[in-house]
Amino acid sequence: MKFKKTYFFPLKAITVLIIIFSVIAFMSFGFKNESAISNVKNEIVNKDSVESVKAFMDVYKVLTSPRCMNCHPAGDVPLQGDDNRLHNMFPQRGTDGKGIYAMKCANCHQPTNIAGLNTPPGHPNWHLPPANMKMIFQGKTPNQLAKQLVNPKTNGNKTLQKLIEHADDGLVKAGWDPGEGRTVPPLSHEEFKKAWITWIKTGAYAPKQ
Amino acid sequence: MITLNINNKNYNVDVDPETPLLWVLRDTLGLVGTKYGCGIAQCGACTVHLNGQAMRSCVTRVSSVVGRKVVTIEGLSEKGEHPLQKAWIELDVPQCGYCQGGQIMSAAVLIRENKNPTEKDIDNAMAGNICRCGTYLRIRKAIQLAAEIQRKGG
Repeated sequence: MKFKKTYFFPLKAITVLIIIFSVIAFMSFGFKNESAISNVKNEIVNKDSVESVKAFMDVYKVLTSPRCMNCHPAGDVPLQGDDNRLHNMFPQRGTDGKGIYAMKCANCHQPTNIAGLNTPPGHPNWHLPPANMKMIFQGKTPNQLAKQLVNPKTNGNKTLQKLIEHADDGLVKAGWDPGEGRTVPPLSHEEFKKAWITWIKTGAYAPKQ
Repeated sequence: MITLNINNKNYNVDVDPETPLLWVLRDTLGLVGTKYGCGIAQCGACTVHLNGQAMRSCVTRVSSVVGRKVVTIEGLSEKGEHPLQKAWIELDVPQCGYCQGGQIMSAAVLIRENKNPTEKDIDNAMAGNICRCGTYLRIRKAIQLAAEIQRKGG
């Protein structure tokens, strides 16, 4: 009799536990879909969709400004100027994003800026995103861009931590040192970085539109 | 004093390190095949090779080429026998000739990396070299001929 009891009690308990875990799993799946990302680590996130979306709209203003968007074009030719026209000479993206043949970015873009109005701005690693992951900013709505930025399959395989670090990438920061004759993004780099990190750490929510 | 390796020869030059390479080539060393066109990397007349890559010498600081190999149009071949030079002569490409050194230096990178370029490949690769005489059609034909000469071992 005693043996029989211990056989049935765990079976009931296991059944109840399965039901409880199923409900939890279902609910957590539902919550995940509310956020733009599924790889947000709890230890660095204090979810706040209102704060997150507000911060992203500041981020969006910067990413769609000429200094950022001109190298994230919808086509395979970079953009130029504050009117986002196609780059003079129509240099092509190439497989690695660094141009082709005698039209590689570094053929004209030196490691640093050079003197003179509207001369080619410089950075040692001047490039577009590669052909297999174009990371297009041009024409993206805030919703589309936010989702693209947090998905490793569309953001250059970046984890959340790498995304945060990317705010200090040298080529990103070059946007605030564009050489003579060019406007800078609408926020300072410090303000941008603060908005960027706030957006991510509050859950990286995508605006509805 | 800055030491430069140009066309496989070392030169010691006493110039400001910020001086663009083009000025050193032309004014200091007398290698005047490389031309000044725009001075802001927009026309391609000043194209040289830096470690095998086409560089706009008008925006390249001379200090940045120390320890690297520079090749100008004068050093592309010893006796003018590069396939591009042969093709240029064969098809009588130049009109005024001012841009042609830069055109050839850019085309040399193209046919080194693409042995059989299509017209589209050529147009894409040469879009940064401007010719005021409009010799583009002959340039395109000459590049195809040069690629053919190269494929035949010439």
